[in-house]
Amino acid sequence: MSQFLPESILTWLPDAIQLLYLVATAFFIRGLKLLNSPQTARRGNMLASVGMLIGIVVTLFDKQIVSFELIIIGVLIGGLIGVVLAKKVAMTAMPELVAVFNGFGGGASALVAWGELARYESITAIDSTGMVTIGLSVFIGSLTFTGSFIAFGKLKGFISGNAITFPGLNVINIGSMIAVLVLIVLYAMDPGNTNLFWVILGVSLLIGVTSVIPIGGADMPVVISLLNSYSGIAASMAGFVLGNNLLIVSGALVGAAGLILTNIMCKAMNRSLANVIFGSFGGDGASGGGGGADGDKTVRETSAEDLAIQVAYASKVVIVPGYGLAVAQAQHIVKEVASNLEERGVQVKYGVHPVAGRMPGHMNVLLAEADVPYDLLYDMDQINPEFASTDVVLIIGANDVVNPMAKTSPGSPIYGMPILDVEDAKRTIVFKRSLSVGYAGIDNPLFYAEKNQMFFGDAKKSLQALNEALKDI
Amino acid sequence: MSVLIFSLFIFVLACFIGFELISKVPPTLHTPLMSGANAISGITIVGALIVAGGVGGDLGKYLGLAAIIFATINVVGGFMVTDRMLEMFKKKEDDK
Repeated sequence: MSQFLPESILTWLPDAIQLLYLVATAFFIRGLKLLNSPQTARRGNMLASVGMLIGIVVTLFDKQIVSFELIIIGVLIGGLIGVVLAKKVAMTAMPELVAVFNGFGGGASALVAWGELARYESITAIDSTGMVTIGLSVFIGSLTFTGSFIAFGKLKGFISGNAITFPGLNVINIGSMIAVLVLIVLYAMDPGNTNLFWVILGVSLLIGVTSVIPIGGADMPVVISLLNSYSGIAASMAGFVLGNNLLIVSGALVGAAGLILTNIMCKAMNRSLANVIFGSFGGDGASGGGGGADGDKTVRETSAEDLAIQVAYASKVVIVPGYGLAVAQAQHIVKEVASNLEERGVQVKYGVHPVAGRMPGHMNVLLAEADVPYDLLYDMDQINPEFASTDVVLIIGANDVVNPMAKTSPGSPIYGMPILDVEDAKRTIVFKRSLSVGYAGIDNPLFYAEKNQMFFGDAKKSLQALNEALKDI
Repeated sequence: MSVLIFSLFIFVLACFIGFELISKVPPTLHTPLMSGANAISGITIVGALIVAGGVGGDLGKYLGLAAIIFATINVVGGFMVTDRMLEMFKKKEDDK
């Protein structure tokens, strides 16, 4: 839009653009900071989006931009798709949606680098550092693109959630990554060789597929978080290509943030990042580890009526929601049961494991959707000391996160994973369809504990029955 | 100091800020934070605008157009859905 401005403004326009980029960066940093607390998070997101708007509007005044037809078309199409996706998606499908958005972001960065290359071929040559950054941007962006869509497919169930792998796949993946890096250097030395570019693009797209395919479905959140980090780095690389500081800084912020989040998630599962990426954990091949096949274990069953009496006369009830609750879409009925108990003077709290749900923090979002106030949701460290004074724990659709073998059985695959100490409570009730094993593929001794009762059935139906029974008391 | 070195400086410092900003986030906010950060990574739209609206061959422009579409989905969708999630986070006192 610079052509509409008078000459006198044009002389200081480049500096003004850079200064406003700095303002946009400040908005991003402040926004991320405010996203650290539930009270200010919404404002933080708002600030970040204002930063984005500043960045976009200011760029339109860049004198490099001479035509606007494609820009208008692109923004309209992309904006429409984005609005529809954001409005329509169910809260339970949030992990898939984040994966999709992430894939588009990574893809965009790769396209920017590629487009820049295509442009320059018709103008002037690019120096070798420029070629390296273009190569890296295409590499990281493309693998983020395909990797995110594979992750989406796994979460959606289009692609088997099991770890699909074969011996040597890890070696092939690492080998191809090194090969791409070598190719990028070769390409930088011989920019005329467009075949090299196609190979780099193709192999990068493939790496995205082959490196996510072997990872089990329940590890997808870690993968998405890692890919999120990559998409930030890809944006940063595109910034190097264009010499644009706003892209470099914002991309680096997201890259670092994604890495920290990935790390937090790995810690919550007591796995190293390398183990998640190369371990092919979960699915068919998972070892029975430490489960043991001891025969005469008895479980005690309970009914809606019996349970209603137990909770109605309890003084403190803790609800432990898990993946099964999300799948059964039972978050609203949980809230109803809890409100019912609160009216009777029962103290109700929610104990949420860091990896409950389908991605970290997902359970909190689902419960928030059901109008559960966030100050009733307690983190693992906050709730664990409270179980000793709890009368009844309702474990709904959670399994591995309450498995005492994580503490007692060193041979178990989940040994060392921090769990919720539900066995300290006077009574535990497990809502579950059957006695089947959880994601980690191991038995759960909690089911057979003396203090435990099983409430078999679909989580939503069981809770509805409990809610009905409570009304009769 | 070459432009590349200067850019590297900025890149590394921004990484450190990113680490500091995120390290103490409560688990409640992990999902919104991930989707919010994801929306910010759509900043690559700035690059897409320059490529699509700049001088150069047709291929470059159409790649730029595709990049704008992708990045806009990321930006618009990302911020909106994050807002939708955060809107639901309420304290007990605020209950209607």
